[in-house]
Amino acid sequence: MKALICIGHVPDTTSKIRFTDNDTKFDTTDIQYIIGPYEELGLTRLLDIKDAGTDLHITAINVGLKETEATLRKALAMGADEAVRIDIDPTDAFFVAKQIAEVFKNGEYDFIVTGKESIDYNGGQVDGMIAEFLNIPSVTGATKFDLLEGKAGFEREIDGGKEVVESVFPFVTSAGKDFAKEPRIPGMRGIMAARRKKLEVITPVEQNLKTEVSKHYLPAAKPACKMVSPDNVEELVRLLHEEAKII
Amino acid sequence: MNFELSEEQILIRQTVRDFAEREVKPLAQDLDEKGLFSIELTKKMGELGLFGMYLPEKYGGQGLDTLSYIIAVEELARIDGSQAATLAAHNSLGIGPLYYYGTEEQKMKYLPQLTTGNALWAFGLTEPDAGSDSRGTKTTGKLKDGTWEINGSKIFITNGASDIAVGVTTQVVSAVIDGKKQFSTIIVEKGTGGFSQVQMHGKMMWRASDTAELYFDNCVVPEENLLGKVGEGSKIMLSTLDNGRLSIAAMGLGLAQGALEMAVQYSKERKQFGKTINSFQAISFRIADMATKVELGRNLLYKACKLKDAHKDFGKQAAMAKLYCSEIAKEVADDAVQIHGGYGLMKDYPIERFYRDQRLLQIGEGTSEIQRLVIARKVINE
Ligand SMILES: Cc1cc2nc3c(=O)[nH]c(=O)nc-3n(C[C@H](O)[C@H](O)[C@H](O)COP(=O)(O)OP(=O)(O)OC[C@H]3O[C@@H](n4cnc5c(N)ncnc54)[C@H](O)[C@@H]3O)c2cc1C
Repeated sequence: MKALICIGHVPDTTSKIRFTDNDTKFDTTDIQYIIGPYEELGLTRLLDIKDAGTDLHITAINVGLKETEATLRKALAMGADEAVRIDIDPTDAFFVAKQIAEVFKNGEYDFIVTGKESIDYNGGQVDGMIAEFLNIPSVTGATKFDLLEGKAGFEREIDGGKEVVESVFPFVTSAGKDFAKEPRIPGMRGIMAARRKKLEVITPVEQNLKTEVSKHYLPAAKPACKMVSPDNVEELVRLLHEEAKII
Repeated sequence: MNFELSEEQILIRQTVRDFAEREVKPLAQDLDEKGLFSIELTKKMGELGLFGMYLPEKYGGQGLDTLSYIIAVEELARIDGSQAATLAAHNSLGIGPLYYYGTEEQKMKYLPQLTTGNALWAFGLTEPDAGSDSRGTKTTGKLKDGTWEINGSKIFITNGASDIAVGVTTQVVSAVIDGKKQFSTIIVEKGTGGFSQVQMHGKMMWRASDTAELYFDNCVVPEENLLGKVGEGSKIMLSTLDNGRLSIAAMGLGLAQGALEMAVQYSKERKQFGKTINSFQAISFRIADMATKVELGRNLLYKACKLKDAHKDFGKQAAMAKLYCSEIAKEVADDAVQIHGGYGLMKDYPIERFYRDQRLLQIGEGTSEIQRLVIARKVINE
């Protein structure tokens, strides 16, 4: 069986976020990159399935420029069998989904795993769009994933409960939290082995841009905390009503 | 000199950092308080591939360079000195002499199990009356009828007595020729008759690492347990310490880095006089000095590693890095406690443990005075 796992190259969660070019571009100065946490869980689950004895070939894929290779190399160190980088700056979800769908078409893969959302732009669109391009089923935000006889089993969290889903091959699924217990840490042996694994760079297919970011805003700084004396409940109620406007 | 790390070295740093944060951090305080050595954590370090990182694959290693190994020690020490000690002592002092001086047969016999994390090896040089002056060794080894008979004892031996401490490379006086001692190094395995391993308790620092006294009472091992040649003992032990200095320096650097981060974090949160304390110049200047020392220490240590990896003489730089990184670990930990105020003296804050753990670094594997002796000798004779 062959799986394609999308590996997002995203800023470390502790990064300081700044913008440049009139707030249209993300400022990448001093930013450390990591594998997107949901993709990391996705890859970990695939590796767990493989380690349990299923014959599974795992290809890590990323749409991005040369600097994303370190992130793909980490996926290889964790245990992915090979990697593909589509050599272009990823612009919007539609564009990225199109590129990945093309690779899937040309590669005899059985299914695709993405993260539930990237933790930079939080789009959460790529999996659904890939499914649409390929006209295959999609199970989003799965919290449990198993390969069964001729099909795959999933669980998803829904309002107030859980949904158990099965799908035929091929399909796309996006990994939510709990897809795997905790992300796998690559060992030294994995890091050394990653050196020798194949990382193929391919040229993108043409696709016009559909969307464009016109501006980013940072959340407003939190206003200072106002202390109200415990015996002045009236003042507290007045502030909540007139200033905070929440009662 | 090129200070850029390779893609692999960056990944190793990230990996060991993740491991230390996830697996070691939650246990460190408890193990320290109870003075417990953790076999389980040691096994996990083995699974990660941290033991024998620099050995060729045929001995179970990963064939990584010195700097990669040093980065791993640094990252563990950033979280916990005890686990870093287990790792550094086993790699540099345990595996080191077997790999550099063992015969192919000895290497194949011992090294593969020593890279798994299921077995640790010790370095027995120090004796009750022979510390800085390692030629003061009194333990004797007599070769007769194809066996060595060893008598004496060793003290303060890291990784010497836990259930997974499977043996030691030890220095013995193998003869006295014209009043001069001749030293040799002998391999002694756990379970050999007359060899006993006793855990030492009551340490101020590295409380979760295994420190032992070793006793040899008519302990008999086969002649082929000699490491290197007869009479090479002192050379083997001292060159092992040259390598060991790099990893002690890495422990100082990592500890200082961890203490610096704690101080910065605390200074952003603690408010006095209506402001966070980092807005007081007395605090922020102290932080500036701490960060400068850490940066300098890292540059010096990485340079020594790069010299070693380029097969150049690195003895002087290794001694300098050991001296400097262990001294700044003391200063930076002390400053970090000062920034924490009274809370820095309480066990609820890890800086309290860091403040204790740094104290070994200026003593173990050659005191600061001995490092100065080594450096001075090299500088003056250059
Ligand atoms: C936790 C721990 C782990 C250890 N692990 C190991 C291990 O795995 N294997 C091992 O063999 N040893 C180990 N040691 C021993 C360690 O290496 C020695 O403690 C160290 O070498 C110092 O020896 P000493 O304690 O006998 O001090 P001494 O040598 O007695 O020194 C006392 C003081 O005198 C100073 N001094 C001595 N000679 C001179 C001189 N010529 N000039 C100026 N000053 C001098 C010293 O610098 C020091 O300040 C360990 C020690 C500890 C505490």
